[in-house]
Amino acid sequence: MSEGALRKTPLYEVHRQMGARMIPFGGWTMPVQYTSILEEHRAVRTAAGLFDVSHMGEFEFTGPGARPLLQHLTANNVEKLRPGQAQYSMFLNKRGGTIDDLIVYCLEEDRYLVVVNAANIEKDWAHVSHVAAHFGGARAHNRSDAYALLALQGPRSQAILAPLTEADLTALPFYHVMPAHVAGISVLVARTGYTGEEGFELFVAPANAPALWQTLIDAGRQAGLRPAGLGARDTLRLEASLPLYGHELDEDTSPIEAGLGRFVAHEGDYIGADAIRRQREEGVSKRLVMLEVRGRGVPRHGYPVHTPEGQEVGRVTSGSYAPWLKKNIAMAYVPPEWAAPGQTLTVLIRGRAAEAIIVRRPFYRRPRGTTPRATTTAR
Amino acid sequence: MNVPADLLYTDEHEWVRLEGDVTVVGITDYAQHELGDVVYVELPEVGERITQHAPFGVVESVKAASDLFAPISGEVIEINTRLADAPELVNTDPYGEGWMIKVRPDNWETEHANLLNADAYRRLIEQE
Repeated sequence: MSEGALRKTPLYEVHRQMGARMIPFGGWTMPVQYTSILEEHRAVRTAAGLFDVSHMGEFEFTGPGARPLLQHLTANNVEKLRPGQAQYSMFLNKRGGTIDDLIVYCLEEDRYLVVVNAANIEKDWAHVSHVAAHFGGARAHNRSDAYALLALQGPRSQAILAPLTEADLTALPFYHVMPAHVAGISVLVARTGYTGEEGFELFVAPANAPALWQTLIDAGRQAGLRPAGLGARDTLRLEASLPLYGHELDEDTSPIEAGLGRFVAHEGDYIGADAIRRQREEGVSKRLVMLEVRGRGVPRHGYPVHTPEGQEVGRVTSGSYAPWLKKNIAMAYVPPEWAAPGQTLTVLIRGRAAEAIIVRRPFYRRPRGTTPRATTTAR
Repeated sequence: MNVPADLLYTDEHEWVRLEGDVTVVGITDYAQHELGDVVYVELPEVGERITQHAPFGVVESVKAASDLFAPISGEVIEINTRLADAPELVNTDPYGEGWMIKVRPDNWETEHANLLNADAYRRLIEQE
């Protein structure tokens, strides 16, 4: 695909001016790095990073039927959500496979924002529209073009953001959202992210995105904030053992298999519920495991995973050199009998077997920080 | 982009320098820049034979693994063992401390004619 056919975020010119290297991703042209993936990764673990994730899709659900509609459309229990709370969830198909993974933000009792993956916007919207047609009292709108999205992530993100806003960020727990102004710009600020660090995601009108970006870059400079690209976003989420759609999740893979069962309701008639119930009762045929590769070489997507006896039992879904852990790590699906932590497997790296050991997830957990804990967690 | 005039180049972005009867091989400044942070370099063993234009190793950045192609044929007589612990030398000093292998060439006189000089290599990367 030529660059001309790719969509651009409102920050495209800003990225070019900052010298970002642009790559195609999910139909968009996005910055993969500004200076160095390793440096950007380190900045997010030690100070802060600013990401443009405006390619993500946003669907708005309003009306008294919005909650029942979302309860049917998504796998987590929307009934637990109160205004100001957010929830990680998925759209499932009837087989329990994952159409997309997403976050539901409850803005008001009858108003929700659902954030979906960029590459899945059209597919998701077709699914949502089809289901919503049978629901009364709910309006669904694809508002993906109405929102730019900036992610400010890292241990210093709150110290950078707090002086710019009247909002009391200490009153915003993990997976919560509130409207606020940042340097006079109207935003929705959410304490969510995809890096394993504390941090915020800021929903903003596209026209205001460049000003908000520049404000945050300037405000964070002294604290060590750097612009960070999709390259670091990928290595950060992998270290945090967070799934990426198209790698760990797809339409033939359930959240139970992916180890995301705590985000999937036990009751309810959401789409896929029967298949999920069956998987919970009867077990699954594959499980996502975290591999620390002890041998030499970097494990990559698609590399075969073998038992010590040399039998192929799976494939790497994501793999990389982990910049903070300074190890080679990977995620892979293997049959449950091979999925126990401590199990030794091998990853075939260019035909050579590299020893790998299954470790507990996540690979990386942030040190206990200042993020207030929710008294009732909606996750 | 730094393209030293005294080296010869492949169109796969390796460089080679003749030092007496030995050649030194690495990847170019352009290559390291395109790859991004190098995190692992897989090199042949000392004593192995490499063949012009054939892969002799792999360089891995955070994002991808790329084959290394031999600029000349010959016997590997030394590898840069520092790269095992400091692969970033390929980024910081691609023509110096980031060198990869030393090779005793089989037939320098014939094979070096198959390589690009600095001007030709510079034109190549300007087109990419």
